[in-house]
This record gives sequence, C-alpha cells and structure tokens, in this order.
Amino acid sequence: MMLSKKQTKSNLSKVRKTKGNKVFDVVNVILMTLFSLIILIPMWNIVISSFADKNATSFVFWPSKLSIANYVSVFNDSGIWQSMFISAAKTIVGVIFHLFLCSIVAYALSKRRLRGRKLYSAMGIITMFFSGGMIPTYLLIKSLGLLNSFWVYILPAMFSYYDMVILMNFFRDIPDSLEESAKIDGASDWKIFFSIIVPLSKPALATIGLFHGVWQWNDFMTAKLYITNEALYPMQMRLYDIIVKSQAAAANGLNAQITIATSSKGVQLATIVVTMLPILVLYPFLQKYFVTGTMLGAVKE
Amino acid sequence: MNSEAKRNKSVGSKVANWCRDFGRQWQLQTMVLPGIICMIIFNFIPIYGLTLAFKSYSVTSTIQDSPWVGMQNFQTILQDKYFWQSVQNTVGISAIKLVIEFFLPIILAIMIFELNWAPFKKVVQTITYLPHFLSWIILGGMLITWMSSNGMLNGLLNMLGFNIHTNHMLNAGGYWSIASLSDVWKEAGWGTILYLATMSKIDPTYYEAAEMDGASKIRQIWSITIPEMSNIIALNLILSVSGLFNSNLDQTLVLMNSQNQPKAEVINSYVYRVGLTQGDFSYATAVGLGVGIISVVLLTITNLVTKKLNDNQSVL
Repeated sequence: MMLSKKQTKSNLSKVRKTKGNKVFDVVNVILMTLFSLIILIPMWNIVISSFADKNATSFVFWPSKLSIANYVSVFNDSGIWQSMFISAAKTIVGVIFHLFLCSIVAYALSKRRLRGRKLYSAMGIITMFFSGGMIPTYLLIKSLGLLNSFWVYILPAMFSYYDMVILMNFFRDIPDSLEESAKIDGASDWKIFFSIIVPLSKPALATIGLFHGVWQWNDFMTAKLYITNEALYPMQMRLYDIIVKSQAAAANGLNAQITIATSSKGVQLATIVVTMLPILVLYPFLQKYFVTGTMLGAVKE
Repeated sequence: MNSEAKRNKSVGSKVANWCRDFGRQWQLQTMVLPGIICMIIFNFIPIYGLTLAFKSYSVTSTIQDSPWVGMQNFQTILQDKYFWQSVQNTVGISAIKLVIEFFLPIILAIMIFELNWAPFKKVVQTITYLPHFLSWIILGGMLITWMSSNGMLNGLLNMLGFNIHTNHMLNAGGYWSIASLSDVWKEAGWGTILYLATMSKIDPTYYEAAEMDGASKIRQIWSITIPEMSNIIALNLILSVSGLFNSNLDQTLVLMNSQNQPKAEVINSYVYRVGLTQGDFSYATAVGLGVGIISVVLLTITNLVTKKLNDNQSVL
C-alpha cells in the first residue's frame, strides 16, 4: 500500500507540479537538512574533541592538533575494563532473563482458556498505573539483601507487563493449528512453547530483547540507588562519577584540570565516546526493529 | 429453599469445575507463576510501602512496626519552601518541554513524510532518531562540554561575533532552557514515529482527489493529514498534560550543581535528597505519593476534556 501510494504520488506530481509545491519541496529539504545537522554537529563536536590534543586551542569542527592520548589513559584504567564487563554482563544476563520470563507468561496468558487470566491481567494493569515510588522500592531492595549485589540489575527489571502484552499479542496471531499436531502427539505445553512458538516468534523476541538491552546498557539509576561498591559500577555510573566530580570542582570555582588531574576534560570525553560506541555502531543496523517494536506497542494497546 | 440449594450446588460444581480445569492446566499455570511472583514482590509490596507516608519511620524499625501519624507528613509539605521550589522548577521545565514536544514532532513528521527521495528520508530518520537511544548520563556529559566556557556554544557564538566566555551550566537563570531544550533535542525525532505510522495508513486517494482539485500541499496537510491524525494527537496531548509534574531524575542528577541548584532541583531529585541522602523516608514517601495523586487527577481531567472534544470517544 505504501508503495502504490508513492507511485501514484510521484506520477501525479510529474503531471501537475505547480510552482508552489516545488517551493514547498525545496524548503522542506533545506529544513530537514538543517534539522539533521542540529543533531549531527554537536555529536561530531564531542567525538572530535575526544581526539583533540590537550594543548589544542578552542574549536568547533576541527582541533589544531589530534592525539589519542585520552583513549590511552581511558584504556589504561583497569576500572574501565571492570565497568565494561559489568555493563556487558548486566545487558546480556538481563535480556536473557527478561525475555525468558516475559515470553513464558505471555504464552500462558495468550491462551483464552487459562483459568485466573482475568485476575492476572488486572494485577498487571495495576502495575502499569501505580507504583510505590523510589523510597518504598529502596526499602524493599534493602530488605531483600540486594543492595550491592549484581542481581539488583537483573531481578527487579525481569518482568514487565507492557513487554509481556506485546509478546502475548504476537503469540495470539500464531495459528492454533500449528500447535495441534504436537498436542495430539502428547507434547507438553513447555515443549510446544520451546519447539514451536519460540522459533516462530524470533522477530518479536528480537525487538523486545533489543529494547531491554538498550535500557540495560543505558540504565544508571539502579547503580546510583542501590550500588556503592565501585567494583559493581556499570559504565554509565562510572561516567556519571567522572562528570559530577569535575562539575562540582568547576562549580566551586576550582580549576577542574588541576584538582582532578586524571579525569581531565579529554578523558571524560573519551569515556563518553566509549560508553556510547556500542549504541552508535549497532543502532543503524537495528533501527527497523526499534521502529516496528514501537508501533507494535502502540497499535496493540 | 429448594432453589437456593440448587444455586449452592451449581456454585459448588462451578468451583469444582474451575479447580479441575486449573489442575489440568498446571503446566500453563507454572508458566504464569514466576511473573505473578515478580509482580507481587517488585510492584505490590512497594505499593503497600506507600503506607509509610502516613507513618513515622526510623531506620531501626520496619514499615509495619512504625507508628501511624496520620496526615502529619502532608501538613509539613504545605510549609516546606524547598518542596514548593522544586514544584515550581518541575512545572516550569515540563511546561516548556511539553509545549515544544507536543507541536514539533507533528510538524517534523509531516515534513519527513513529504520528502520524496526515499534514501534522503531514510537518512534523516536514522539521524534524528539516534539521540533517543543515548542515556541521560552521556547526553549530560556532552551538554556540560558544549556549555562550558571554551565549549561549542561559545565557539559558535564567537564565530558570530559575540565574545562570551562564561560556563552556562553555572548560570542558574539559563537552567530551565538548557534542561527543556536538551530534552527536545533528544526526543523530537523519535516523537515522529507514531505520526509517521498513522500517516502511512491514510488513504492515498484523498490526496489524489485534492490534487486534482488543485489543492496546494499546505492545504492538503491542513485538511487531510492533520484531521486524520486527530486521535493520536489527542492521545499525545493527554500524555503531555499529565506529565506536567513528572521530572527527569537522570537528567537532574547529572546536570545539577551547587550553582544552578535553586533552579534545577525538581520533585524527584528532592525526594531522592530528602529520602536517601538525609534519611527522612516517611516524608519523602509522602512527597512522592502526593505528586503521584496529582498526576493521576490531571490525567483523568485531560482525558475527560479530550473526550468531550472528540465526540465522547475516549482515546485512552
């Protein structure tokens, strides 16, 4: 349908391309280029600044002198490697646990004959609209003994009713006939789920997994609230520490470069680039999953 | 008497049937169970924990053992000038942000949709969606760099002939603009997605007919595209207005410093500071609960208003 629309549109515009519409198109292209540049130029400024020599004079697009010294000192810090490991581990383990739990619940709830389904859904809807907030959640995490534990990254985020609903709607669209022959052969629900449903649902699982993965990689609040042990800091928390320390120095009227010699501006920028690199590299290839995923969530609501 | 016995019997057999079915479905039930346990632990126990707002909690006791104090915490809120300052900042920043983030994505989506050359359209979308996927810590670090005394903003201003060398992050007066506009920078592109999806479903014959009649592009957008998107626009309006009291804790924690704090402290960061830094758990819970209730009320009111405007159909 999209295609046919485009074709008819372009045919029509060939026939009767008024002067006004041409002006519209040109202005549109100029404005959209500008919009893209407003996003790109600041990001370029950060990336190129991280490669600037510390003696380079003030610049916007290109420094007078390039150097990789900032990256050398970032990667010489063993704490960074530790944090990268924690970030990668929390992302991978988090996605596996999240997908497993949300998809088994979604499969069971996709069966309309499931007893107690209304109660379960009601509970889930309540969780979408009400929450205990920061303090009661903190006290819960504390009493569960999850403070300063790696599992605080995984367990509280393991189940999401919203993601479960998206998967459930996807499972409902799988024809029952595909399951029936397995059922006649006496396969259990768990067996049907793993051998028939999961292979058919790879696109939906990939979408949910990607969103949760980005969330896990970017999440800093969990560490900020519940982790004080630096060995468990993810990249985002380490970066936050560097930024806030040098900001505090600047706000108190001290020269950041002198007081915190190791976390110079350049090192801070290199850490920013390293932290966002996985997203920058992977995002263009995965963009279509993110777009379809967003629409799945919105349309099926 | 007789009929009641019958009813009892049928209720009894219904329960028995239900239990029998439940037992037969034990495999499916074992699939649901871990999800239910997770919700009870991580969602419902904290909701119960909201009772803290009406209690006086000390770190040495439990939520259950703490004495009730009624509305005392809420009365303290009314006289707390730091709280009202944080409300002012929250609403101020949100209002600027929500107005721009309500209109801009609609305009951007229409403009992206009207781009004729597919590869260019794709590139624009890829670039403008990107900032959505960066964390606030990364964006905060970038912002502080751009706004610093020899950063990009001053560099660009110098190119234009202004000679400014201040660190804008230390200027409390500019904080609202920095906080709201940086959020616009991050989310405006991503905000177009739902509008673009809706527009791709509009019947193309509408546009063909309009074009035959000699309607200009602007006229087509005004009379076809916007009315066709009215539902999703109303939905976004509801979400915007109900978000007036929401504050962005990630953003505030990374951008706030001792100089800009009077203009930067928002409700969330105030709850964080009072609760987790100063240890006044009951009071912080009361603040969180109060603001949560206001948000639900706002959501209900805006839903009612849009319902009235939208032929009595709820968009939520």
